[in-house]
Amino acid sequence: MATANTPPARARATTLDRGTAIAFVVMVLLFAVAPMFVYPVFLMNVLCMALFACAFNLLIGFGGLLSFGHAMFLGMAGYVSAHAAKVWGLPAEAAIALGTATAAGLGIVSGLLAIRRQGIYFAMTTLALAQMVYFFCLQAPFTHGEDGIQAVPRGRLFALLDLNNVWVLYYVVLAIFVGGFLLIYRTVHSPFGQVLKAIRENEPRAISLGYAADRYKLLAFVLSATLAGLAGATKALVFQLASLTDVHWSTSGEVVLMTLLGGMGTIFGPVVGALVIVGLQNYLAPFGQWVTVITGAIFVVCVLAFRRGIVGELAAWWKRRRPRQRPLSS
Amino acid sequence: MTIFGVPTQALFGQLLIGLINGAFYAMLSLGLAVIFGLLNIINFSHGALYMVGAFCAWFLLQYAGVGYWWSLLLAPLAVGAVGILIERTMLARLYKLDHLYGLLLTFGLALIIQGVFTNYFGSSGLPYQLPDEFAGAFNLGFMFLPKYRAWVIAASLVVCLGTWYVIERTKLGSYLRAGTENPALVQAFGINVPRMITLTYGFGVALAALAGVMAAPIYSVNPQMGANLIIVVFAVVVIGGMGSILGSIVTGFGLGLIEGLTKVFYPEASNTVIFVIMAIVLLIKPAGLFGRAR
Repeated sequence: MATANTPPARARATTLDRGTAIAFVVMVLLFAVAPMFVYPVFLMNVLCMALFACAFNLLIGFGGLLSFGHAMFLGMAGYVSAHAAKVWGLPAEAAIALGTATAAGLGIVSGLLAIRRQGIYFAMTTLALAQMVYFFCLQAPFTHGEDGIQAVPRGRLFALLDLNNVWVLYYVVLAIFVGGFLLIYRTVHSPFGQVLKAIRENEPRAISLGYAADRYKLLAFVLSATLAGLAGATKALVFQLASLTDVHWSTSGEVVLMTLLGGMGTIFGPVVGALVIVGLQNYLAPFGQWVTVITGAIFVVCVLAFRRGIVGELAAWWKRRRPRQRPLSS
Repeated sequence: MTIFGVPTQALFGQLLIGLINGAFYAMLSLGLAVIFGLLNIINFSHGALYMVGAFCAWFLLQYAGVGYWWSLLLAPLAVGAVGILIERTMLARLYKLDHLYGLLLTFGLALIIQGVFTNYFGSSGLPYQLPDEFAGAFNLGFMFLPKYRAWVIAASLVVCLGTWYVIERTKLGSYLRAGTENPALVQAFGINVPRMITLTYGFGVALAALAGVMAAPIYSVNPQMGANLIIVVFAVVVIGGMGSILGSIVTGFGLGLIEGLTKVFYPEASNTVIFVIMAIVLLIKPAGLFGRAR
C-alpha cells in the first residue's frame, strides 16, 4: 500500500490523529466498564447494531452508495450461523465465520447487480434484492419461517471461552466490534478509501484518472456486506435466535436511520446513532407502534434540520471554535 | 379442459388476479415516474398514501355514509391536498441537496403514517362493502369475470392512458416534459415551475390514493397494505426504467400477468419472480427496458 500515490492518506493513516485516538480510547473504555451499570445483553445488542451501522456507513459515508437492503446481510448471516451452531453443531467461531462468509458471498452477487445502477436506482435495487432474500427466508425450510431458529447454543469460542457466561460473551462481542471498527477505520484512511471518496465526489473524473470505479465500488460493497454479516452472525449467537425481523426491510431502514442520526461519513457517528436508536427501542417498547412513529419523526427531523447528525454537528461546532483560539496560540 | 396440465378455470383465474395486481402496479409506478420526472425524488411514502386513500374511502363510507363513487373523487382530492402540504413544507427544502435525502424523508413519512394508522386500527383488515352495482359477474364462456374486477382493470387502463395522453399530447404536458429536461429555462419563459412541481407531486400522490380506493373492496383495508406493495413497485420501476410513461404502464401490467402465471405453474416463486426478473434485466439492460441513462 505504501507504493500508492496518495501522500495525504498515508500520512493520516500512519499517524492516527490525536483527537480520533483519544475518542477511540474513551469509547472502548466506556464500553468496557458499561456492563457494570447497564444490562449487558442490551449493550451487546448496541455493539452488534453499531458494527452493522459502521459497515453501512462505509458504503454511504465514504462511497456515497445508499443501500436500502443491508438487512439481507445481517439476517442471512444470522440464519446461517444459527443453523450451523444448532443443527450442524459447529463451534462458535466456525459458525460466525460461516455466517460472515455467506454474507460476503451474498454481497458479491447483489453487489454485482446493484452497482450497475447509481443513486436512487441503486437504493431501489438493493431494497428489491433484500426483499427477495426476505421471501427466501420466509419459505426456505431451514429458517423455520415465522418461528425463526430458536435456542441456538452459544458453545465455546476456540474451545476455551465459555460463551454461556454473559461476561465472557460480552467481552468477546466487544472484541469483535473493536476489530470491525478498526478495520473500517483503516479502510477509510487507506489509499483505497481515498479513491472511494474520489469516486463519490466525481466518478467520471476518477475513471479518467484510470481507476476502475466499478471494482472499487464492488469491493466496498462486499466489505460492507461482510462486516454487516459479522454483526448478524454475532447477534444470532448473543440472542440465541435468528428471526425474520433481521431480514425485514424495516431493519434496513433502521440502519440507515442510525447512520443518519449519528452522522454519515463520520467515524463515530454510527456508534452513537446505534446507541440512541437501540436505547429508544428498548425503553419505548411499551408504547408499541408509537416507536415506528417516533422513528419516522426522527428521520424527518434529521433530513430537514440535522443532516450532519450528532457527531457531525459536534465536529462542526468544534471546528467553528478552533479558529477563534488559533490567533492566541500563534 | 386443461392447458399444460392446469385447468383453464384456475389459469384464467390467476391471470385475472395478475391483471388486477398489474393494474395497481401500473398506477403506482406511473405516479412514481411522474413525480420522479419533475422532482427527481423517489416517493417512498407512495405506498403509505395509497393506504391512506383506501382508509379515506372507508372513513367516508363508515362515518359519513358517502359511497364508492364519491370516494373515487374525494379520497384522491384529500390525499392530493396532503401531498401538496408535504411538498410545500418539507420536500421543497430538499431540492438543492442530494436526491437521496428525498428518499429518506419520504421513508420517514411512510413510517409515521403507517405507525399512526396501525396504532388506531391494528394490523387486521377492515372490510369495505362492495357497491351493489358491482354484485355478480359476467359469464365469458371460458370463465366468470366478477364485475368489479372488470371495472378495476378498465378504469385503471383509462386512468393510465389518460395520464399518458395529457403528458405526451397536450400543452400542459409539454410544459411538464420541458420542466423535466430543463427547469431553469422553462422558468425563464415565464412558467411558474415551483407551482408546477407542487401540483405534480399532488397529482402523483392523488393517483396513489385513487389506486387505494379501487383496491379497498378487493383487499381488506389495513395499515400495512402499502408497505410490501411499494417494494414490488420499486422493482417494477427498476425493470421499466423511468424514462417513459407508456413504459411504466406496460411494465406494470406485464409484470402483474407474469406474477399471475407464476402462481399457476410454480407457486413457490410467485413472491420473488418480479425480483428475479429485475436481476435479469439489470444484467442485460441496466437502464431498464424503457429507460434512458440519466
